[in-house]
Amino acid sequence: MTYEAPRFTTLTARTVALPRNDVDTDQIIPARFLKVTDKLGLGQKLFCDWRYLENGSDNPDFPLNRPDAQGAQVLLAGVNFGCGSSREHAPWALVGWGLRAVVAISFADIFKGNALKNGLLPVAIEPAEHAALMAARGKDSGLEVTIDLDKQTIRWNEQSASFPVDGFSKKCLLQGVDELGYLLNFTKQVEAYEQRRR
Amino acid sequence: MAGPARTLFEKVWDDHVVAQEPGSPAVLYIDLHLVHEVTSPQAFSGLAARGLKVRRPEKTVATMDHSIPTIPGGLAVVDDQARAQLKMLESNCASNGVTLHGIGAARQGIVHVMGPELGLTQPGFTIVCGDSHTSTHGAFGALAFGIGTSEVEHVLATQCLLARKPRTFEVRVDGQLPPGVTAKDIILAFIARVGVGGATGFVLAYTGEAITALDIEGRMTVCNMSIEAGARAGMIAPDDTTFSYLAGREHAPAGKEWDKAVARWRTLPSDASAVWDRSMTLDAARLEPMITYGTNPGMGAGVNDPVPDPADFSDANERAALEKALKYMDIQPGKPLAGRAVDVVFLGSCTNSRISDLRAAASIFDGRKVAPGVRAMVVPGSQAVKRQAEAEGLDKVFKAAGAEWREPGCSMCIAMNGDQLSPGQLAVSTSNRNFEGRQGKGGRTVLASPLTAAAAAVTGKVTDPRTLLAGGGK
Repeated sequence: MTYEAPRFTTLTARTVALPRNDVDTDQIIPARFLKVTDKLGLGQKLFCDWRYLENGSDNPDFPLNRPDAQGAQVLLAGVNFGCGSSREHAPWALVGWGLRAVVAISFADIFKGNALKNGLLPVAIEPAEHAALMAARGKDSGLEVTIDLDKQTIRWNEQSASFPVDGFSKKCLLQGVDELGYLLNFTKQVEAYEQRRR
Repeated sequence: MAGPARTLFEKVWDDHVVAQEPGSPAVLYIDLHLVHEVTSPQAFSGLAARGLKVRRPEKTVATMDHSIPTIPGGLAVVDDQARAQLKMLESNCASNGVTLHGIGAARQGIVHVMGPELGLTQPGFTIVCGDSHTSTHGAFGALAFGIGTSEVEHVLATQCLLARKPRTFEVRVDGQLPPGVTAKDIILAFIARVGVGGATGFVLAYTGEAITALDIEGRMTVCNMSIEAGARAGMIAPDDTTFSYLAGREHAPAGKEWDKAVARWRTLPSDASAVWDRSMTLDAARLEPMITYGTNPGMGAGVNDPVPDPADFSDANERAALEKALKYMDIQPGKPLAGRAVDVVFLGSCTNSRISDLRAAASIFDGRKVAPGVRAMVVPGSQAVKRQAEAEGLDKVFKAAGAEWREPGCSMCIAMNGDQLSPGQLAVSTSNRNFEGRQGKGGRTVLASPLTAAAAAVTGKVTDPRTLLAGGGK
């Protein structure tokens, strides 16, 4: 039984800015696309109702459609990113589009957990640092950031910021630990617990 | 034996920690895993790919709710993609020995309506589901929260989850609700006050006179929307209201086991000297019927209060967010939303589709007509709710008024099944989310209680339901 867990160590990549607060998972991937039975193809539907015009063509004003967003792997968002529904389709869609990290001031709980399980790193930084990063991105549409999970830092230009990450999730991502595999190691304790409660 | 004073949450948490390695999350045992068609297929596939089966099928119960039609006809009237998903749930349940209450089954219903009805939801339980409104079950004193599909797979495989202990947040609601003000108004008022992300990282504990005075269905409405403030779970201490609801239900303990269970459940409420990480108090007597005017559930106000003006906000981000929301909603700031014309009224969802919700709505519809040009849909939360409503003749009241009486399901709350708004339409809805496009692309949602929604249906505009109560306005 082999299972490849997602990994994240360091990433240097260009950014795309979506400076909005409270972006909910219904915007990330609208519910009408949740009738799938696999995880494939959701990247095409990412931010569907913001990203496409009525006639199905790209909305040129939407950040992900701009030329400088192509190839970007880090999304810069605002406060409380990923609120609402528990749908894991949200990180599947973000990863499907090509993103590896989201930088925000804060994240919704369930989204954060789902993202970590899919190798999409949620990077929460302080408002002042966030503002500086957004300003840098505003001046330089080709801005690159370097995220180092082990050091828990994000660097751009001459600046850097640190971010918190759950120690266990960090270990899983750095070492490629399979969480379900970890849980299955507790089978004996689970059996004992079930006996005790009978 | 007396240890340190503990909250209800801490008692339930402590009771379910199977193991915890230093620095790692707790291995938390799950007593009940509810499953539906939308968030489970990839989890069952992952399980099969590892050669695993569901570890505790008897603690796993499935239903169909999100993508099913609310017109008669079952699988024959759904689109191909939804049918494939529903069929996959059938085969996954069959091959793993999991009970499924599928389309048309006597016990089918919205997952958070069905679980409590069957007595599956019990005080002191840990309950999860791949659905953020799993917080509903906290109304029974259970620790219940939504999980992602990876975690659904973890629970299917191990009956456990890896979880970090959240902090606790007491929301005390003192005093008595005025007539016409309901459980939905309490929770909308709380979310408006704390904000859409204000309770992130906490488990909420609803306490106080106005909470204990609620019936169990009102408590479910309150706990249901905990996630809309960012809290994964909300809990209410079990009491005689809880026990009398559970007594005699299909999966509730019976006979001597019942007496033992009640004795155990009575030890669950928070100790008098237990400490909360955070607290907030609301005064029930000062609450009004609530509506939302924006595009997240935190953008709410009393139905007669003026809609906030972006110009009054000093924070540029907040100002921009409100401007964007009001533009999407086509709502003018500075004056109350009452009087705004509505196109659709949706009565349903895991928040407000239970029998008491339908009775409340029917009390407004009775002897009145749905206003010309308004579409009113009533979608019961389960087959059992539908049967009960029909036994009481509520369906006749709705139909006589000109409202649609539908089959149970999530319906227009999530708009996956064809029940949806057209672009630009404004709905007053008893559901839980007013996000852009949530009820259909381009649709606009005003969240409200069943009374307020029914009042909108019969007047054709956003209306304070108190003007229609006790014979007024007929």
